[in-house]
Amino acid sequence: MLLPLLLPVLSALASAVEVKRPRGVSLTNHHFYEESKPFTCLDGSSTIAFEWVNDDYCDCQDGSDEPGTSACPNGRFHCTNAGYRPQYIPSSRVNDGVCDCCDATDEYNSGFVCENTCKEMGRKEREALAQMAEVAREGFQLKQVLIEEASKGREDKQRSLAELQEGKKSLEEQVETLRSVKEAAEKPEKEAKEIHQKKWEEQKAAEKAAREQARASEAFQELDDDGDGLVSVAELQTHVELDVDGDGTLSETEAQTLLGNALQADASSFRDAVWAAIKENYKPEGLPDAAPLPEAPREEAPEPQPDLPLEQPAPEDDYDEEEEEEGDDDESNEEEPKVPPAKQPSDKTAEEDEAEKMPPYDEATQALIDAAQKAREQFEEAEKSLKEMEDSIQYVYRLCPFNRVSQKPKHGGAETNLGTWGSWAGPDENKFSVMKYEHGTGCWQGPNRSTTVKLTCGKETVVTSTTEPSRCEYLMELVTPAACQEPRDPGAADHDEL
Amino acid sequence: MASERLGMAALAWMALCLAAAFAVDRSNFKTCEQSSFCKRQRSVKPGSSPYRALLESLQLSQDSMKLQLVNEVNKVPLLLELYGLQGNMTRIKINELSPLRPRYEVPDVLVHDPPTTWLAVTGRDENSVELSLGDSGHKLILTGKPFRMDLLQGRELVLSVNPRGLLHFEHLRHRKDSFSDKVSSSVGSLWDKIKSLFYREEPKESAPEDGAAGEETEPALPGDQESSEKSTKSEEVSDGPNRAEEELGSWEETFKTHTDSKPNGPTSVGLDFSLPGFEHVYGIPEHADNLRLRTTEGGDPYRLYNLDVFQYELYNPMALYGSVPLLLAHNTQRTLGIFWLNAAETWVDISSNTAGKTLFGKMLDYMQGGGETPQTDVRWMSESGIIDVFLLLGPAPTDVFRQYTALTGTQALPPLFAMAYHQSRWNYNDEEDVAAVDDGFDTHDIPCDVIWLDIEHTDGKRYFTWDPNKFPQPRNMLGRLAAKRRKMVSIVDPHIKVDSGYRVHNEIRSRGFYVKTKDGSDYEGWCWPGSSGYPDFTNPEMRAWWASMFSYDQYEASMENLYVWNDMNEPSVFNGPEVTMYKDALHEGGWEHRDLHNLYGFYVQMATAQGLEQRSGGLERPFVLSRAFFAGSQRYGAVWTGDNAAEWDHLKISIPMCLSLALAGISFCGADVGGFFKSPDAELLVRWYQVGAYQPFYRAHAHLDTVRREPWLFGEENKALIRAAVRQRYALLPYWYTTFYHSYRSGQPVMRPLWVEYPDDVTTFSIDDQFLIGNALLVHPVTEQGAHGVQVYLPGKGEVWYDVHSHQKHHAPQTLYVPVIMSSIPAYQRGGSIVPRKERVRRSSDCMYRDPYTLYVALSPQGTAEGDLFIDDGHTYNFESKAQYLHRHFSFASNTLTARSADSKGVFESPAWIERVVILGAGKPAAVFLRQPGMADTRLDFQHEPETSVLTLRKPGINIGADWSISLR
Repeated sequence: MLLPLLLPVLSALASAVEVKRPRGVSLTNHHFYEESKPFTCLDGSSTIAFEWVNDDYCDCQDGSDEPGTSACPNGRFHCTNAGYRPQYIPSSRVNDGVCDCCDATDEYNSGFVCENTCKEMGRKEREALAQMAEVAREGFQLKQVLIEEASKGREDKQRSLAELQEGKKSLEEQVETLRSVKEAAEKPEKEAKEIHQKKWEEQKAAEKAAREQARASEAFQELDDDGDGLVSVAELQTHVELDVDGDGTLSETEAQTLLGNALQADASSFRDAVWAAIKENYKPEGLPDAAPLPEAPREEAPEPQPDLPLEQPAPEDDYDEEEEEEGDDDESNEEEPKVPPAKQPSDKTAEEDEAEKMPPYDEATQALIDAAQKAREQFEEAEKSLKEMEDSIQYVYRLCPFNRVSQKPKHGGAETNLGTWGSWAGPDENKFSVMKYEHGTGCWQGPNRSTTVKLTCGKETVVTSTTEPSRCEYLMELVTPAACQEPRDPGAADHDEL
Repeated sequence: MASERLGMAALAWMALCLAAAFAVDRSNFKTCEQSSFCKRQRSVKPGSSPYRALLESLQLSQDSMKLQLVNEVNKVPLLLELYGLQGNMTRIKINELSPLRPRYEVPDVLVHDPPTTWLAVTGRDENSVELSLGDSGHKLILTGKPFRMDLLQGRELVLSVNPRGLLHFEHLRHRKDSFSDKVSSSVGSLWDKIKSLFYREEPKESAPEDGAAGEETEPALPGDQESSEKSTKSEEVSDGPNRAEEELGSWEETFKTHTDSKPNGPTSVGLDFSLPGFEHVYGIPEHADNLRLRTTEGGDPYRLYNLDVFQYELYNPMALYGSVPLLLAHNTQRTLGIFWLNAAETWVDISSNTAGKTLFGKMLDYMQGGGETPQTDVRWMSESGIIDVFLLLGPAPTDVFRQYTALTGTQALPPLFAMAYHQSRWNYNDEEDVAAVDDGFDTHDIPCDVIWLDIEHTDGKRYFTWDPNKFPQPRNMLGRLAAKRRKMVSIVDPHIKVDSGYRVHNEIRSRGFYVKTKDGSDYEGWCWPGSSGYPDFTNPEMRAWWASMFSYDQYEASMENLYVWNDMNEPSVFNGPEVTMYKDALHEGGWEHRDLHNLYGFYVQMATAQGLEQRSGGLERPFVLSRAFFAGSQRYGAVWTGDNAAEWDHLKISIPMCLSLALAGISFCGADVGGFFKSPDAELLVRWYQVGAYQPFYRAHAHLDTVRREPWLFGEENKALIRAAVRQRYALLPYWYTTFYHSYRSGQPVMRPLWVEYPDDVTTFSIDDQFLIGNALLVHPVTEQGAHGVQVYLPGKGEVWYDVHSHQKHHAPQTLYVPVIMSSIPAYQRGGSIVPRKERVRRSSDCMYRDPYTLYVALSPQGTAEGDLFIDDGHTYNFESKAQYLHRHFSFASNTLTARSADSKGVFESPAWIERVVILGAGKPAAVFLRQPGMADTRLDFQHEPETSVLTLRKPGINIGADWSISLR
């Protein structure tokens, strides 16, 4: 006989759940545990007195006699987890001082107090599940679309591949054709522009000469103090600013030199010879000495480029720029023809402004220019598409499904192969959940790089993380609708329709 | 045929080349020939010793004898001190009678001044004195000329000191007869100026000048000795040899690109011992070699010089990370120990008169009437310091362990978790990684107590900090682990990043705690963080400060479940000579690094352990793992065998390496499970988990460049095998803990070579592929690739052993062929022992605290058994300070199993109880009764398996602290 002292209280029977069952037994299994009968281990290996069920001693090899204690190494404990998901935990977690079941039932005799967190967890899980279901549903729909698209796309792609190859060829031809068109268009443009330019310059020179004449006459009038129609040495000497040797005075000899080694000059010789020698330093009378003549320096400054607005960079330049600043080219292309003229000095007289502004092109010239511009744009367009076609896309970090994974340093440098497509490597039940890319660039003193890509269902296809758990072995998380399974509960979808 | 053999040879040669490619670059480390003092010492050949003991100078006090020795060649007098120590030990010290400067004597290693016993002169004649050493019955005969000492017990010669005349004591001297010195002594500072113009980069040249000048101005110095005239003459005579010494690198030595200035000149010491009747010697770790030491004639001596050896080679005498200068000798009659207390670079030569003799040769000797007695000769050579040697006279192995640990301390009792399984890797990348690994152990239901963080967890290798990106919330991470009753270990290395923005560096620098160069500036070397300073751990103030850094408010985010790992504490200096510190670097008190190199790592671990102790107000036991060690390191924690490799030979050598350490007092030893360098295949990894499960320190660790190898990454089958191995470890934790407690109390090793338990069984003397844990378990793990079976030697005449898995009984002695499969870990429980287990394996050892025990009673052929169990809270010093522990004793005799207290001083309440008793080798009883004091007998249910004679008693249900008996009727 065993003394009751040695038997633990079968506290399991005091379980509060409506259905009376030993601690750690699930509802579905409770019929195996009948208080009135001896207990047969679930594997049938032996039969024991019911008092030995949950008595904290392992009698069954399969652990089925101790569902509510930690006595059996291979047993399992059922937590009801009302409000959350019911769950089995290994017997080794019963009374181990760590809260495993959210209903806290696993720690009934360890001295540790666990809180019942099932309600909270249930709420969170429902939220998460709802979200996931939504993702799965949408993802699956997307997947269907993808599949459809893919089968269509496959044909399309094959077709378009041929087309594109054809297209590329024709594009190349087109580029060539357009290049000659452009060159043909540019030739008359250039000629017309040159003519226009030349005319403009001649006109400008004439105007300038006239202006000079006027100023010379004005100066002559001023200098000819005695009004004798001649500028004498003495008269010139009153303008000390004309001092040649920098001693502050205009000596007689200096004045004579300025007058062309003569003692005086008449109006015409002044205009033709003397004015040229003195105009640089000459200050009209009645103006303060310090104030420089606005015209004087400007006359010598480089001529403002009246044709600047129309100056076109060489097509080659255009092309270079495009290479350097991809993405900006549209903008710059648009703006180039509209570059405003260089700002005119504000103190310039209006007439001069008017005079220096080039008149608009005549219609014919403008038409030629427009034609050339159009040809240029077409040419660039064609060049760009050709380039895009030929170029591989630049990236920093890249996964090409079924091809390879690669990595490129952010700040430039050689690309590293993290593996080429190997095989599906998921567990047997879900083989297509993991991709394996192998035989990447070798590591120093290590293996060849390889990448494992884990696929999870999502609304769009995106790589959510990349890590390197051990040297040269990468792990990518790829979210994609392609990984979505048909939602298991069609009721949810029905529910939406209600 | 011939071509085939040629082919084989070519293959073998290729294999050698390949092996060499992975192995250590030997040229980075000195041979004896390249270590000038070793070369000088070794050039002293056996013969008549130039040393004479001046018997008339003998002074005897109650517990010591003092005597002068004089070198007949250079007349430098030495002082010999001899102490009889309690517990059958003798201490011999030899120093200069009046050295120019004090010579280094190793502090802090001895736990206290060893208690002495009386000495008496019991006889003398004109050339010898006979002394009695205390009550041990040992006598010592000291011979004057040539000097030697012979230690006898009765008429039996136990050991001799200086029998081959190899005592060689390089006295401190002034530098002379080098060109610059001669000039400097006559021209003085003028030459200094000229020289500095030419030799700006060699300021070290000036260091010995003081000495040389000193000699000029102190001609009377030799006059302190007895006959100044004679000595001056002999100095002149020995001018020739002195010059030779100069050439041998006495005042300066260059190795590779590193020059060691030697301002103190030659300072080495050497002495030889003979061990008549001994053919087996052990100890002097750390070497990657067999348990039994080999003779070193024709090769290099065993070297003791703590070094960070990259990819070390096996089966050779090269120095490794730690040093314990303790050598044991054993024969069927006696076990002896020689403890050479010197912390400088040390080499040990071992020779034997039987080495090289074939069995036939030995038989011939025997036939011809005995021939020579077998004898082993041992010669110790150290670069500086004094001769301070302890002769541990046994006679039993247990006595030698007691003697040695009486001097240097016993193994600290580790916290229980430290004996459980540790999961490490260089590196767990971030907090998510740690969480995933932690969860992995739960998902795959493998127990694990500790997760480790290597150097990458820090902010730029600044120890005591956390990488702000990878470990932004270390406190949360530690809290998560704590919720699962798990721990964490973070690395704290002794090299400190030179960075004015780093508080630790600034404090050490401002307090002047860094090791200094010979010129007095802070020494800087290259290590993980780049330029690094090395705190002077020999300075007690530095150690106190370092310890304070581990308080919870100093070490950011540290918590109770964070423990520490000291790596690189040889110290490792990437750009230093032999990957360590310059020998002329200066420590507290002006000592050169040369004097104390082998102590550095010991002090690092000491200070760290003190820190962990102090942070809990002295309540909690620390856990600190160290790579470098010295005699006495056992007091501060665990050590491991450093950077091994994922190779079968490395797995195999982990056994003799840890056994050698255990013999030298350091029981808490392990090797990186899986191998540090390279990646193991599944078979090697599984086997390594199996071996590690039965070694004291059980940690998986891996290099940064290896592929991940958490136990679940090798398929279900291998995972199950690893899980089974780890669970075996956890089930045996009560036994490990009790065995560690014994080691702590009595100094007996935890992991033992067979000969320790079977000292008169010669077969066991060279066995190092199997071992004992405590005295009850014998393990012969599989360490061969593709093994189908192992040859297990079961020792003990008239004993029996039980297979711990099948419970099958085997008679001993015998060599048993045991077939193995991948799950096999051949292990045997000794008949006559009782081993406690906890068979409910949890996710961590802490979770097993309340769990019940199963007692495995393995009956001897006489039907008896004995065993014990130590229990306390598992982590505090209360067992010591408050006697809060239970030490239970179990014995089985006359069909009755009795439980009583083994130590009535201990009082402790444990919730644990006894769930099962398994009696191996028992017949089927009619009934089984449990008896408790003051209660009626209770009948117990039981099961008996007749094929294996296993009797399982069901659920006695008694609290582990109770007294009871169970009788089989």
